[in-house]
Amino acid sequence: MIEVIKTGLYSSIQDKGRFGYENLGVPISGSMDQFSSSLSNKLLNNKQQDAVMEITMTGPVLKFHKKTIISITGADISPVLNNNPIRMNRAHSIEKGDVLSFGKLKYGIRSYLSVSGGFLTKKVMSSRSMYSNITESFRIVKGENLKINSIKKMNIDSLITQFDYMDHFKSNEIKVFKGPEFESLSKTQKNEIFKNQFTISNDNNRMAFQLKENLKNELKPIITSLVMQGTVQLTPSGKIIILMRDNQTCGGYPRILQLTENAINKLSQKHMNNNIHFELT
Amino acid sequence: MSSFDLKYKSYGDRSILVEWPSIIDDQILKNILLFKSHLDHKYKDSKTYIKTSYNSLLITYPKEIKKSNKVLELKNIYQKIKTLNNQSFNKWEIPVCYDIEFGKDLNFLKESLSIEIEEIISIHISKEYRVFNIGFLPGFLYLGEMDKRIHCPRKDKPVLNIEKGSVGIGGSQTGIYPNQSPGGWNIIGKTPINLFDINRKSPCFIKAGDKIKFVSISKKEFQLISIQLESNIYKLNKTLLND
Repeated sequence: MIEVIKTGLYSSIQDKGRFGYENLGVPISGSMDQFSSSLSNKLLNNKQQDAVMEITMTGPVLKFHKKTIISITGADISPVLNNNPIRMNRAHSIEKGDVLSFGKLKYGIRSYLSVSGGFLTKKVMSSRSMYSNITESFRIVKGENLKINSIKKMNIDSLITQFDYMDHFKSNEIKVFKGPEFESLSKTQKNEIFKNQFTISNDNNRMAFQLKENLKNELKPIITSLVMQGTVQLTPSGKIIILMRDNQTCGGYPRILQLTENAINKLSQKHMNNNIHFELT
Repeated sequence: MSSFDLKYKSYGDRSILVEWPSIIDDQILKNILLFKSHLDHKYKDSKTYIKTSYNSLLITYPKEIKKSNKVLELKNIYQKIKTLNNQSFNKWEIPVCYDIEFGKDLNFLKESLSIEIEEIISIHISKEYRVFNIGFLPGFLYLGEMDKRIHCPRKDKPVLNIEKGSVGIGGSQTGIYPNQSPGGWNIIGKTPINLFDINRKSPCFIKAGDKIKFVSISKKEFQLISIQLESNIYKLNKTLLND
Protein backbone atom coordinates (compact mmCIF):
# COMPACT_ATOMS: atom_id res chain seq x y z
CA MET A 1 0.00 0.00 0.00
CA ILE A 2 1.11 3.55 -0.70
CA GLU A 3 -0.48 6.29 1.34
CA VAL A 4 -1.12 9.63 -0.36
CA ILE A 5 -0.04 12.26 2.17
CA LYS A 6 -0.11 15.09 -0.37
CA THR A 7 -1.40 14.82 -3.93
CA GLY A 8 0.75 17.35 -5.74
CA LEU A 9 -0.77 19.57 -8.42
CA TYR A 10 -2.27 16.82 -10.55
CA SER A 11 -1.23 13.20 -10.12
CA SER A 12 -3.14 10.29 -11.62
CA ILE A 13 -2.74 6.60 -12.27
CA GLN A 14 -2.32 5.80 -15.96
CA ASP A 15 -1.45 2.82 -18.15
CA LYS A 16 -1.29 2.23 -21.92
CA GLY A 17 -4.92 3.26 -22.21
CA ARG A 18 -8.52 2.07 -22.41
CA PHE A 19 -9.03 0.54 -25.84
CA GLY A 20 -12.21 -0.53 -27.58
CA TYR A 21 -14.70 1.88 -25.99
CA GLU A 22 -14.23 4.97 -28.15
CA ASN A 23 -17.45 4.17 -29.96
CA LEU A 24 -19.25 4.83 -26.65
CA GLY A 25 -17.52 8.19 -26.32
CA VAL A 26 -14.89 6.93 -23.88
CA PRO A 27 -11.43 8.35 -24.60
CA ILE A 28 -8.37 6.08 -24.66
CA SER A 29 -6.50 8.11 -21.99
CA GLY A 30 -3.24 6.58 -20.71
CA SER A 31 0.11 8.15 -19.85
CA MET A 32 0.63 11.42 -21.71
CA ASP A 33 4.28 10.60 -22.34
CA GLN A 34 4.10 6.90 -23.19
CA PHE A 35 7.83 6.77 -23.90
CA SER A 36 8.75 7.82 -20.36
CA SER A 37 6.13 5.65 -18.66
CA SER A 38 7.24 2.59 -20.66
CA LEU A 39 10.83 3.31 -19.73
CA SER A 40 9.89 3.52 -16.07
CA ASN A 41 8.27 0.08 -16.28
CA LYS A 42 11.20 -1.34 -18.22
CA LEU A 43 13.67 -0.24 -15.55
CA LEU A 44 11.79 -2.45 -13.07
CA ASN A 45 11.17 -5.36 -15.46
CA ASN A 46 7.45 -4.59 -15.18
CA LYS A 47 4.96 -5.44 -17.90
CA GLN A 48 4.31 -2.72 -20.47
CA GLN A 49 0.65 -2.42 -19.43
CA ASP A 50 1.43 -2.03 -15.72
CA ALA A 51 -0.04 1.17 -14.30
CA VAL A 52 2.21 4.05 -13.28
CA MET A 53 1.66 7.35 -11.50
CA GLU A 54 1.74 10.41 -13.72
CA ILE A 55 2.91 13.41 -11.72
CA THR A 56 2.47 16.92 -13.12
CA MET A 57 4.74 19.87 -12.27
CA THR A 58 4.68 19.57 -8.46
CA GLY A 59 5.04 16.18 -6.85
CA PRO A 60 2.99 14.36 -4.21
CA VAL A 61 4.20 13.11 -0.84
CA LEU A 62 3.83 9.34 -0.68
CA LYS A 63 4.40 6.98 2.23
CA PHE A 64 5.19 3.34 1.44
CA HIS A 65 3.65 0.72 3.71
CA LYS A 66 5.28 -2.13 1.80
CA LYS A 67 8.72 -3.05 0.56
CA THR A 68 9.04 -2.41 -3.15
CA ILE A 69 11.27 -1.12 -5.93
CA ILE A 70 10.53 2.14 -7.70
CA SER A 71 11.81 4.14 -10.63
CA ILE A 72 11.05 7.67 -11.75
CA THR A 73 11.34 8.86 -15.35
CA GLY A 74 10.06 11.77 -17.42
CA ALA A 75 10.26 15.26 -15.94
CA ASP A 76 12.84 15.78 -13.20
CA ILE A 77 10.94 17.15 -10.19
CA SER A 78 13.91 16.56 -7.85
CA PRO A 79 12.67 13.36 -6.14
CA VAL A 80 13.63 12.95 -2.50
CA LEU A 81 13.53 9.73 -0.48
CA ASN A 82 13.44 10.35 3.29
CA ASN A 83 15.17 13.72 2.78
CA ASN A 84 17.87 12.32 0.47
CA PRO A 85 17.77 13.29 -3.21
CA ILE A 86 17.51 10.26 -5.52
CA ARG A 87 18.46 9.92 -9.16
CA MET A 88 16.08 9.83 -12.09
CA ASN A 89 15.86 6.95 -14.56
CA ARG A 90 17.03 4.10 -12.40
CA ALA A 91 15.66 1.62 -9.87
CA HIS A 92 15.64 2.36 -6.13
CA SER A 93 14.72 -0.03 -3.35
CA ILE A 94 12.09 1.11 -0.87
CA GLU A 95 11.66 -0.05 2.70
CA LYS A 96 8.45 -0.07 4.69
CA GLY A 97 7.88 3.44 6.09
CA ASP A 98 9.91 5.27 3.45
CA VAL A 99 8.55 8.64 2.31
CA LEU A 100 8.93 9.89 -1.25
CA SER A 101 8.54 13.57 -1.94
CA PHE A 102 9.54 16.00 -4.68
CA GLY A 103 11.15 19.40 -5.00
CA LYS A 104 11.93 21.84 -7.76
CA LEU A 105 10.99 21.18 -11.36
CA LYS A 106 14.21 20.98 -13.40
CA TYR A 107 13.04 19.94 -16.85
CA GLY A 108 9.91 18.54 -18.54
CA ILE A 109 6.56 18.69 -16.79
CA ARG A 110 5.28 15.12 -16.35
CA SER A 111 7.08 12.59 -14.21
CA TYR A 112 6.36 8.84 -14.11
CA LEU A 113 6.62 6.78 -10.94
CA SER A 114 6.63 3.00 -11.35
CA VAL A 115 6.47 0.44 -8.58
CA SER A 116 7.33 -3.21 -8.86
CA GLY A 117 4.28 -4.96 -10.42
CA GLY A 118 2.54 -1.64 -11.10
CA PHE A 119 -0.19 0.23 -9.21
CA LEU A 120 -3.15 -2.06 -8.56
CA THR A 121 -6.00 0.44 -8.50
CA LYS A 122 -9.34 -0.84 -9.79
CA LYS A 123 -9.57 -1.70 -13.47
CA VAL A 124 -12.56 -0.21 -15.25
CA MET A 125 -13.22 -1.41 -18.80
CA SER A 126 -9.90 -3.22 -18.85
CA SER A 127 -7.77 -0.21 -17.89
CA ARG A 128 -6.61 1.58 -14.74
CA SER A 129 -6.21 4.95 -16.47
CA MET A 130 -8.04 7.52 -14.40
CA TYR A 131 -10.71 9.54 -16.18
CA SER A 132 -13.71 11.38 -14.76
CA ASN A 133 -16.97 9.43 -14.65
CA ILE A 134 -15.16 6.24 -15.65
CA THR A 135 -12.87 5.58 -12.69
CA GLU A 136 -13.94 6.59 -9.20
CA SER A 137 -11.82 9.72 -9.32
CA PHE A 138 -9.86 11.36 -12.11
CA ARG A 139 -6.75 11.86 -9.99
CA ILE A 140 -5.32 10.57 -6.75
CA VAL A 141 -6.93 11.85 -3.57
CA LYS A 142 -5.35 12.92 -0.27
CA GLY A 143 -5.51 10.18 2.35
CA GLU A 144 -6.11 7.48 -0.24
CA ASN A 145 -4.24 4.17 -0.02
CA LEU A 146 -3.02 2.89 -3.36
CA LYS A 147 -2.68 -0.86 -3.59
CA ILE A 148 0.62 -2.38 -4.72
CA ASN A 149 2.07 -5.88 -4.73
CA SER A 150 4.30 -7.30 -2.03
CA ILE A 151 7.72 -8.32 -3.16
CA LYS A 152 9.53 -11.17 -1.51
CA LYS A 153 13.05 -10.75 -2.73
CA MET A 154 14.70 -7.48 -3.61
CA ASN A 155 17.23 -8.02 -6.29
CA ILE A 156 17.97 -4.51 -7.36
CA ASP A 157 21.51 -5.04 -8.67
CA SER A 158 20.31 -6.51 -11.94
CA LEU A 159 18.03 -3.51 -12.47
CA ILE A 160 20.47 -0.66 -12.22
CA THR A 161 20.93 0.94 -15.58
CA GLN A 162 21.16 4.68 -15.79
CA PHE A 163 19.38 6.03 -18.83
CA ASP A 164 19.51 9.50 -20.28
CA TYR A 165 17.33 10.97 -22.99
CA MET A 166 17.56 14.73 -22.68
CA ASP A 167 16.76 15.37 -26.33
CA HIS A 168 13.23 14.20 -25.58
CA PHE A 169 12.78 17.29 -23.36
CA LYS A 170 14.93 19.85 -25.12
CA SER A 171 14.01 19.49 -28.76
CA ASN A 172 11.06 21.62 -29.88
CA GLU A 173 10.53 19.84 -33.16
CA ILE A 174 7.11 18.18 -33.42
CA LYS A 175 6.90 15.62 -36.23
CA VAL A 176 3.58 15.40 -38.03
CA PHE A 177 1.72 13.77 -40.89
CA LYS A 178 -0.71 15.70 -43.06
CA GLY A 179 -4.22 15.49 -41.58
CA PRO A 180 -7.39 14.53 -43.51
CA GLU A 181 -8.23 18.19 -44.26
CA PHE A 182 -4.64 19.38 -44.86
CA GLU A 183 -5.20 19.76 -48.59
CA SER A 184 -8.08 22.19 -47.99
CA LEU A 185 -5.63 24.70 -46.49
CA SER A 186 -4.51 27.63 -48.62
CA LYS A 187 -0.94 27.87 -49.88
CA THR A 188 -0.19 30.59 -47.34
CA GLN A 189 -1.59 28.50 -44.48
CA LYS A 190 0.42 25.44 -45.52
CA ASN A 191 3.49 27.59 -45.66
CA GLU A 192 2.90 29.27 -42.30
CA ILE A 193 2.10 26.16 -40.34
CA PHE A 194 5.57 24.76 -41.07
CA LYS A 195 7.53 28.01 -41.17
CA ASN A 196 6.26 29.63 -37.96
CA GLN A 197 7.14 28.89 -34.36
CA PHE A 198 4.18 28.35 -32.07
CA THR A 199 3.83 28.89 -28.32
CA ILE A 200 1.90 26.68 -25.94
CA SER A 201 -0.85 28.64 -24.20
CA ASN A 202 -1.95 28.26 -20.58
CA ASP A 203 -4.86 26.22 -21.90
CA ASN A 204 -3.01 22.90 -21.90
CA ASN A 205 -4.05 19.74 -20.12
CA ARG A 206 -4.51 15.99 -20.61
CA MET A 207 -7.32 16.65 -23.08
CA ALA A 208 -5.74 19.19 -25.41
CA PHE A 209 -3.05 21.83 -25.89
CA GLN A 210 -4.02 25.18 -27.38
CA LEU A 211 -1.43 27.30 -29.12
CA LYS A 212 -1.16 31.06 -28.60
CA GLU A 213 -0.67 32.07 -32.22
CA ASN A 214 -3.61 31.88 -34.61
CA LEU A 215 -3.52 30.74 -38.20
CA LYS A 216 -5.74 32.99 -40.31
CA ASN A 217 -8.52 30.70 -41.38
CA GLU A 218 -11.53 30.56 -43.67
CA LEU A 219 -12.10 26.81 -43.49
CA LYS A 220 -15.60 25.94 -42.33
CA PRO A 221 -16.30 23.34 -39.66
CA ILE A 222 -17.00 19.84 -40.95
CA ILE A 223 -19.84 17.50 -39.96
CA THR A 224 -18.77 15.92 -36.64
CA SER A 225 -16.14 13.41 -37.64
CA LEU A 226 -13.52 11.24 -35.97
CA VAL A 227 -10.34 12.39 -34.32
CA MET A 228 -7.39 10.72 -32.62
CA GLN A 229 -4.79 11.44 -29.96
CA GLY A 230 -2.39 13.87 -31.60
CA THR A 231 -4.84 15.37 -34.10
CA VAL A 232 -4.27 19.08 -34.81
CA GLN A 233 -7.54 20.95 -35.31
CA LEU A 234 -8.06 24.41 -36.77
CA THR A 235 -11.10 26.31 -35.46
CA PRO A 236 -13.07 28.87 -37.53
CA SER A 237 -11.43 31.70 -35.54
CA GLY A 238 -7.98 30.33 -36.44
CA LYS A 239 -7.10 28.72 -33.10
CA ILE A 240 -4.87 25.66 -33.27
CA ILE A 241 -5.80 22.82 -30.90
CA ILE A 242 -3.70 19.69 -30.46
CA LEU A 243 -5.66 16.78 -29.01
CA MET A 244 -3.89 14.82 -26.30
CA ARG A 245 -4.54 11.53 -24.44
CA ASP A 246 -7.93 12.34 -22.86
CA ASN A 247 -9.25 13.68 -26.16
CA GLN A 248 -12.88 13.63 -27.18
CA THR A 249 -13.51 10.83 -29.65
CA CYS A 250 -15.02 13.05 -32.33
CA GLY A 251 -15.04 16.67 -33.38
CA GLY A 252 -16.18 19.09 -36.03
CA TYR A 253 -13.07 21.17 -36.68
CA PRO A 254 -10.91 20.53 -39.74
CA ARG A 255 -8.05 18.13 -38.92
CA ILE A 256 -5.01 19.70 -40.52
CA LEU A 257 -2.14 17.68 -39.03
CA GLN A 258 -1.57 14.47 -37.12
CA LEU A 259 1.30 14.14 -34.63
CA THR A 260 3.44 11.00 -34.65
CA GLU A 261 3.20 8.89 -31.51
CA ASN A 262 6.56 10.12 -30.30
CA ALA A 263 5.64 13.74 -31.03
CA ILE A 264 2.68 13.35 -28.63
CA ASN A 265 5.12 12.05 -26.00
CA LYS A 266 7.48 14.98 -26.53
CA LEU A 267 4.70 17.56 -26.51
CA SER A 268 3.46 16.08 -23.21
CA GLN A 269 6.67 17.36 -21.61
CA LYS A 270 6.09 20.97 -22.77
CA HIS A 271 4.34 23.63 -20.76
CA MET A 272 3.04 27.14 -21.06
CA ASN A 273 5.23 29.49 -23.12
CA ASN A 274 7.39 26.68 -24.54
CA ASN A 275 7.95 26.99 -28.27
CA ILE A 276 7.35 24.27 -30.82
CA HIS A 277 7.52 23.96 -34.56
CA PHE A 278 5.87 21.41 -36.79
CA GLU A 279 7.86 19.34 -39.21
CA LEU A 280 6.53 16.84 -41.75
CA THR A 281 7.80 13.29 -41.35
CA MET B 1 -28.55 -1.29 -49.91
CA SER B 2 -27.06 1.18 -52.27
CA SER B 3 -23.33 1.43 -52.59
CA PHE B 4 -21.63 4.78 -52.11
CA ASP B 5 -18.58 6.30 -53.66
CA LEU B 6 -16.14 6.20 -50.75
CA LYS B 7 -12.94 8.12 -50.17
CA TYR B 8 -10.04 6.44 -48.38
CA LYS B 9 -7.52 8.70 -46.66
CA SER B 10 -4.53 7.81 -44.56
CA TYR B 11 -4.64 9.35 -41.09
CA GLY B 12 -1.38 9.08 -39.15
CA ASP B 13 0.73 6.01 -39.85
CA ARG B 14 -1.65 3.28 -38.76
CA SER B 15 -5.17 4.48 -39.47
CA ILE B 16 -7.41 4.74 -42.51
CA LEU B 17 -10.30 7.20 -42.63
CA VAL B 18 -13.17 6.19 -44.90
CA GLU B 19 -15.47 9.02 -45.97
CA TRP B 20 -19.04 9.00 -47.29
CA PRO B 21 -20.70 12.05 -48.93
CA SER B 22 -20.92 15.04 -46.55
CA ILE B 23 -24.62 15.04 -45.76
CA ILE B 24 -26.56 13.89 -42.71
CA ASP B 25 -28.65 10.99 -43.96
CA ASP B 26 -30.16 7.77 -42.55
CA GLN B 27 -29.09 5.66 -45.55
CA ILE B 28 -25.48 6.81 -45.23
CA LEU B 29 -25.45 6.03 -41.51
CA LYS B 30 -26.84 2.54 -42.10
CA ASN B 31 -24.28 1.93 -44.82
CA ILE B 32 -21.46 2.99 -42.48
CA LEU B 33 -22.74 0.74 -39.69
CA LEU B 34 -23.13 -2.18 -42.09
CA PHE B 35 -19.53 -1.74 -43.25
CA LYS B 36 -18.45 -1.53 -39.61
CA SER B 37 -20.19 -4.79 -38.69
CA HIS B 38 -18.29 -6.56 -41.49
CA LEU B 39 -15.00 -5.03 -40.38
CA ASP B 40 -15.68 -5.91 -36.73
CA HIS B 41 -16.10 -9.49 -37.84
CA LYS B 42 -13.03 -9.48 -40.06
CA TYR B 43 -10.73 -7.92 -37.45
CA LYS B 44 -12.31 -9.39 -34.33
CA ASP B 45 -9.21 -11.19 -33.08
CA SER B 46 -6.69 -8.45 -33.82
CA LYS B 47 -6.10 -5.26 -31.92
CA THR B 48 -7.79 -3.23 -34.62
CA TYR B 49 -10.28 -0.60 -33.49
CA ILE B 50 -13.10 0.86 -35.56
CA LYS B 51 -15.17 3.91 -34.79
CA THR B 52 -17.85 5.72 -36.78
CA SER B 53 -19.51 9.10 -37.05
CA TYR B 54 -22.10 10.74 -39.37
CA ASN B 55 -20.13 10.33 -42.61
CA SER B 56 -17.02 8.49 -41.71
CA LEU B 57 -15.40 5.40 -40.33
CA LEU B 58 -11.93 5.21 -38.83
CA ILE B 59 -9.91 2.01 -38.62
CA THR B 60 -6.83 2.00 -36.42
CA TYR B 61 -4.47 -0.93 -36.82
CA PRO B 62 -2.07 -2.13 -34.11
CA LYS B 63 1.01 -1.36 -36.21
CA GLU B 64 2.18 0.90 -39.00
CA ILE B 65 0.44 0.05 -42.28
CA LYS B 66 1.01 0.39 -45.98
CA LYS B 67 -1.91 2.48 -47.17
CA SER B 68 -2.36 0.97 -50.62
CA ASN B 69 -2.56 -2.60 -49.29
CA LYS B 70 -5.11 -1.76 -46.63
CA VAL B 71 -7.26 0.32 -48.99
CA LEU B 72 -7.39 -2.58 -51.41
CA GLU B 73 -8.39 -4.92 -48.61
CA LEU B 74 -11.09 -2.52 -47.39
CA LYS B 75 -12.48 -1.93 -50.89
CA ASN B 76 -12.74 -5.67 -51.35
CA ILE B 77 -14.69 -6.09 -48.13
CA TYR B 78 -16.99 -3.18 -49.01
CA GLN B 79 -17.75 -4.54 -52.48
CA LYS B 80 -18.67 -7.96 -51.17
CA ILE B 81 -21.25 -6.67 -48.70
CA LYS B 82 -24.62 -8.11 -49.65
CA THR B 83 -27.89 -6.25 -49.31
CA LEU B 84 -29.37 -9.21 -47.46
CA ASN B 85 -27.44 -8.56 -44.28
CA ASN B 86 -30.12 -7.52 -41.86
CA GLN B 87 -29.27 -4.79 -39.42
CA SER B 88 -31.53 -4.43 -36.44
CA PHE B 89 -32.03 -1.19 -34.59
CA ASN B 90 -34.16 -0.37 -31.57
CA LYS B 91 -36.43 2.52 -30.80
CA TRP B 92 -36.09 3.57 -27.15
CA GLU B 93 -38.75 5.50 -25.26
CA ILE B 94 -36.89 7.81 -22.90
CA PRO B 95 -39.05 9.27 -20.11
CA VAL B 96 -38.38 12.97 -19.55
CA CYS B 97 -39.84 15.23 -16.89
CA TYR B 98 -40.28 18.68 -18.44
CA ASP B 99 -41.20 20.27 -15.10
CA ILE B 100 -39.83 23.78 -14.68
CA GLU B 101 -37.75 22.54 -11.73
CA PHE B 102 -35.66 20.47 -14.15
CA GLY B 103 -36.21 22.47 -17.34
CA LYS B 104 -34.29 25.45 -16.05
CA ASP B 105 -34.24 27.24 -19.41
CA LEU B 106 -37.86 26.62 -20.45
CA ASN B 107 -38.89 30.15 -19.48
CA PHE B 108 -35.98 31.61 -21.41
CA LEU B 109 -36.95 29.54 -24.49
CA LYS B 110 -40.57 30.60 -24.17
CA GLU B 111 -39.47 34.24 -24.34
CA SER B 112 -36.84 33.95 -27.04
CA LEU B 113 -38.82 31.60 -29.33
CA SER B 114 -42.22 33.16 -28.52
CA ILE B 115 -43.72 29.70 -28.07
CA GLU B 116 -45.66 28.49 -25.03
CA ILE B 117 -43.86 25.94 -22.87
CA GLU B 118 -46.53 23.26 -23.53
CA GLU B 119 -45.98 23.75 -27.26
CA ILE B 120 -42.16 23.46 -26.94
CA ILE B 121 -42.62 20.17 -25.10
CA SER B 122 -45.14 18.80 -27.57
CA ILE B 123 -42.83 19.66 -30.48
CA HIS B 124 -39.87 18.06 -28.69
CA ILE B 125 -41.70 14.77 -28.03
CA SER B 126 -43.40 14.58 -31.43
CA LYS B 127 -40.30 13.43 -33.33
CA GLU B 128 -38.24 10.27 -33.30
CA TYR B 129 -34.55 11.08 -33.31
CA ARG B 130 -31.97 8.87 -34.96
CA VAL B 131 -28.73 8.30 -33.01
CA PHE B 132 -25.98 9.20 -35.46
CA ASN B 133 -23.01 9.00 -33.19
CA ILE B 134 -21.91 8.58 -29.58
CA GLY B 135 -19.09 10.80 -28.41
CA PHE B 136 -18.03 14.11 -26.85
CA LEU B 137 -18.66 12.59 -23.41
CA PRO B 138 -19.01 8.90 -22.54
CA GLY B 139 -22.56 7.99 -23.57
CA PHE B 140 -23.42 11.34 -25.18
CA LEU B 141 -25.75 10.75 -28.13
CA TYR B 142 -25.56 12.83 -31.29
CA LEU B 143 -29.20 12.86 -32.41
CA GLY B 144 -30.84 13.81 -35.70
CA GLU B 145 -32.21 17.31 -36.21
CA MET B 146 -35.11 18.80 -34.28
CA ASP B 147 -38.13 20.63 -35.62
CA LYS B 148 -36.99 24.09 -36.80
CA ARG B 149 -39.46 25.85 -34.51
CA ILE B 150 -37.46 24.95 -31.40
CA HIS B 151 -33.92 25.57 -32.66
CA CYS B 152 -32.10 27.85 -30.25
CA PRO B 153 -28.41 28.85 -30.09
CA ARG B 154 -26.15 27.59 -27.32
CA LYS B 155 -25.44 29.89 -24.41
CA ASP B 156 -22.48 32.22 -24.84
CA LYS B 157 -21.05 31.04 -21.55
CA PRO B 158 -21.28 27.39 -20.55
CA VAL B 159 -22.95 26.56 -17.25
CA LEU B 160 -20.49 24.84 -14.90
CA ASN B 161 -22.61 22.04 -13.52
CA ILE B 162 -25.37 20.65 -15.64
CA GLU B 163 -27.07 17.78 -13.81
CA LYS B 164 -26.76 14.23 -15.03
CA GLY B 165 -29.76 13.27 -17.17
CA SER B 166 -30.53 16.84 -18.25
CA VAL B 167 -32.15 17.16 -21.67
CA GLY B 168 -31.07 20.17 -23.65
CA ILE B 169 -31.31 22.09 -26.91
CA GLY B 170 -28.15 23.37 -28.61
CA GLY B 171 -28.70 24.97 -32.00
CA SER B 172 -30.58 22.47 -34.17
CA GLN B 173 -29.64 19.55 -31.92
CA THR B 174 -31.12 17.98 -28.84
CA GLY B 175 -29.35 15.71 -26.40
CA ILE B 176 -29.04 14.25 -22.93
CA TYR B 177 -26.13 14.90 -20.56
CA PRO B 178 -25.04 11.38 -19.52
CA ASN B 179 -23.16 12.70 -16.50
CA GLN B 180 -22.83 15.94 -14.60
CA SER B 181 -20.68 18.23 -16.73
CA PRO B 182 -20.24 21.80 -17.89
CA GLY B 183 -22.33 22.64 -20.93
CA GLY B 184 -23.84 25.39 -23.02
CA TRP B 185 -27.16 23.88 -24.02
CA ASN B 186 -30.57 25.20 -22.96
CA ILE B 187 -32.00 22.72 -20.49
CA ILE B 188 -35.66 21.76 -20.96
CA GLY B 189 -36.04 18.66 -18.77
CA LYS B 190 -34.45 15.68 -17.13
CA THR B 191 -34.56 11.91 -17.52
CA PRO B 192 -34.13 9.51 -14.59
CA ILE B 193 -32.59 6.96 -16.98
CA ASN B 194 -28.88 6.27 -16.62
CA LEU B 195 -27.52 6.42 -20.16
CA PHE B 196 -24.01 5.42 -19.26
CA ASP B 197 -23.22 3.01 -16.45
CA ILE B 198 -19.80 1.46 -16.15
CA ASN B 199 -21.26 -1.32 -13.99
CA ARG B 200 -23.37 -2.64 -16.85
CA LYS B 201 -21.93 -5.25 -19.17
CA SER B 202 -22.62 -2.86 -22.01
CA PRO B 203 -22.19 0.58 -20.38
CA CYS B 204 -24.26 2.31 -23.05
CA PHE B 205 -27.29 0.27 -24.14
CA ILE B 206 -28.23 2.63 -26.97
CA LYS B 207 -26.28 2.16 -30.20
CA ALA B 208 -25.63 4.31 -33.24
CA GLY B 209 -28.49 3.67 -35.68
CA ASP B 210 -31.10 3.32 -32.91
CA LYS B 211 -33.89 5.85 -32.47
CA ILE B 212 -34.95 7.85 -29.44
CA LYS B 213 -38.45 8.98 -28.61
CA PHE B 214 -38.90 11.29 -25.64
CA VAL B 215 -41.98 10.64 -23.50
CA SER B 216 -43.24 13.34 -21.15
CA ILE B 217 -43.66 12.28 -17.51
CA SER B 218 -44.79 14.07 -14.36
CA LYS B 219 -42.60 14.77 -11.33
CA LYS B 220 -44.37 11.94 -9.48
CA GLU B 221 -43.58 9.50 -12.29
CA PHE B 222 -39.99 10.75 -12.31
CA GLN B 223 -39.67 9.85 -8.61
CA LEU B 224 -41.38 6.51 -9.11
CA ILE B 225 -39.12 5.55 -12.02
CA SER B 226 -36.05 6.65 -10.02
CA ILE B 227 -37.06 4.26 -7.21
CA GLN B 228 -37.82 1.46 -9.68
CA LEU B 229 -34.42 1.99 -11.28
CA GLU B 230 -32.67 1.80 -7.93
CA SER B 231 -34.37 -1.48 -7.14
CA ASN B 232 -33.68 -2.80 -10.63
CA ILE B 233 -37.30 -3.36 -11.56
CA TYR B 234 -37.72 -0.66 -14.19
CA LYS B 235 -37.81 -1.73 -17.80
CA LEU B 236 -37.34 0.78 -20.56
CA ASN B 237 -39.80 0.52 -23.47
CA LYS B 238 -38.12 -0.51 -26.67
CA THR B 239 -39.37 -1.72 -30.01
CA LEU B 240 -37.46 -3.27 -32.84
CA LEU B 241 -37.31 -0.96 -35.82
CA ASN B 242 -37.79 -2.41 -39.24
CA ASP B 243 -36.87 0.49 -41.42
